Amino acid sequence: MSLLRDIITIVAVSAGAFFFLAGTVGLLRFPDTLTRLHALTKADNLGLGLVVLGLLPQAASLRDGFKLVSIWLLGLLAGATVSQLIARAARQGESAR
Amino acid sequence: MTEFLTAAVGFILAMLALGLVSILRGPGDADRMMAAQLIGTGGIATLLLLGTVANLPAAIDVALTLALLATFASIAFVKKGLSSLEADGSASTETT
Amino acid sequence: MSIATIFEIVLAAVVLGLGIWTIVVRETYSATVGYVAYGLLVALIWVRLDAIDVALTEAAIGGGLGGVLLLGAAARLRDSEPTVADAPGKAVRVCAAILSALTAAALAGAVLVLPDPAPTLAPAAASNAWATSLANPVTNVLMAFRAMDTMLEKVVLLLAIIGVWSLTPDSAWGGRPGPRHQADPHSVLVFLARLLPPIGIVVGIYIFWTGANHPGGAFQGGAILAAMWLLAIMAGLADTPPVRSRWLRLVLIAGPGLFLVVGLAGLLFGAAFLSYPPAQAKPLILGIEVAMILTIAATLGLLLAGAPERSARQ
Repeated sequence: MSLLRDIITIVAVSAGAFFFLAGTVGLLRFPDTLTRLHALTKADNLGLGLVVLGLLPQAASLRDGFKLVSIWLLGLLAGATVSQLIARAARQGESAR
Repeated sequence: MTEFLTAAVGFILAMLALGLVSILRGPGDADRMMAAQLIGTGGIATLLLLGTVANLPAAIDVALTLALLATFASIAFVKKGLSSLEADGSASTETT
Repeated sequence: MSIATIFEIVLAAVVLGLGIWTIVVRETYSATVGYVAYGLLVALIWVRLDAIDVALTEAAIGGGLGGVLLLGAAARLRDSEPTVADAPGKAVRVCAAILSALTAAALAGAVLVLPDPAPTLAPAAASNAWATSLANPVTNVLMAFRAMDTMLEKVVLLLAIIGVWSLTPDSAWGGRPGPRHQADPHSVLVFLARLLPPIGIVVGIYIFWTGANHPGGAFQGGAILAAMWLLAIMAGLADTPPVRSRWLRLVLIAGPGLFLVVGLAGLLFGAAFLSYPPAQAKPLILGIEVAMILTIAATLGLLLAGAPERSARQ
């Protein structure tokens, strides 16, 4: 049982780390603000979600598990709304130029 | 297990640093606004892994605080602080 | 070299690099963004050092409220920049750099010459935890063993808000701080400002409540509540209160006031100033902390809102 939990953790955390890598590559390689924003919010939140998923089997108690999931939900909310706000600011900056 | 998770923390932290370099370089303010969001997600992942490695359950509480306040910081960046000088268009209709 | 050491080196390099970037960069906006990112990352270092209480404070102040304060200052400075045309000369800047470097060197030297092992009262604090029936040693020190320091700290917060208010022009005295923010009721910001504060208030109270036995406490909780309040203000959903409001002033003095009353009661009926009878220590500390979290949230929010700028009716 413990082995199965460890395998889930290793697979999910590795996948999460891959998405962090993808997000960073996107930030470094993409040409303009909006595409970089896309790379940041999509990949980072998926990466965080997979890390949370991987740590759930290691959580000490049910309460810690709930906290982990709510952290991810907060991250999703932040990613969705903040990227809208930043994209709007970027467009206003362009039209003002 | 501990070694795998520590390696994952180091890797995600390195990704976070690289991403931060590219964001802070700009060119525009809009790029820099992403910094709080990047540290929010990357820092939280690092904290959660670190808490599991070092067996510090309270690290989850720090991550929770970070998740709340990274959102707040992002909004402050977009609004450029409390003084709504060039905030989102409709704002700053101060009458004195 | 173990894998944990490599992680520590990476973390230190990132934080140091970010700190240097913040100093070197020219625009105030970029420097502020760098500084907030730095604050959020320093929280990671505190966790690595097992100082979770400090990490929570750093995340709550450095990550959220500090950034808003600095961004507001930067916006104000940009307004007055045309009048201050003459930038500091080369001599002034070299002197400032030398002074900063000397301060940093003195701090580094002080850390390096610390005796090993460092003198500590931690075992004494841990072995006397029974007196308060609280399990978090940091809360024990703050609220019981060194309660005097904490009370004076709250008085300092009160003095700070008086200092900010004393900058009010006569015409606006008693009025509301900051501009009135107006936002489109259907915008994303308003959506978030409706959704996030309920969650934030629950988290703030949780961080405060858990402080009795685990890392947390009134200051960290109060900082989170203040951030949620400011979010509602920035979105235009709430206005800053007029500073002449009786209720507001009552909340501002509630924390230090109750602390002082309990302290004097200890002097009259107990052993000494601020001594709690062990049987009632926990309820007394809890009561003081409830008053303190309200005071801290209101004070931090108002410190960031600044001096009153317009009359209460606008």
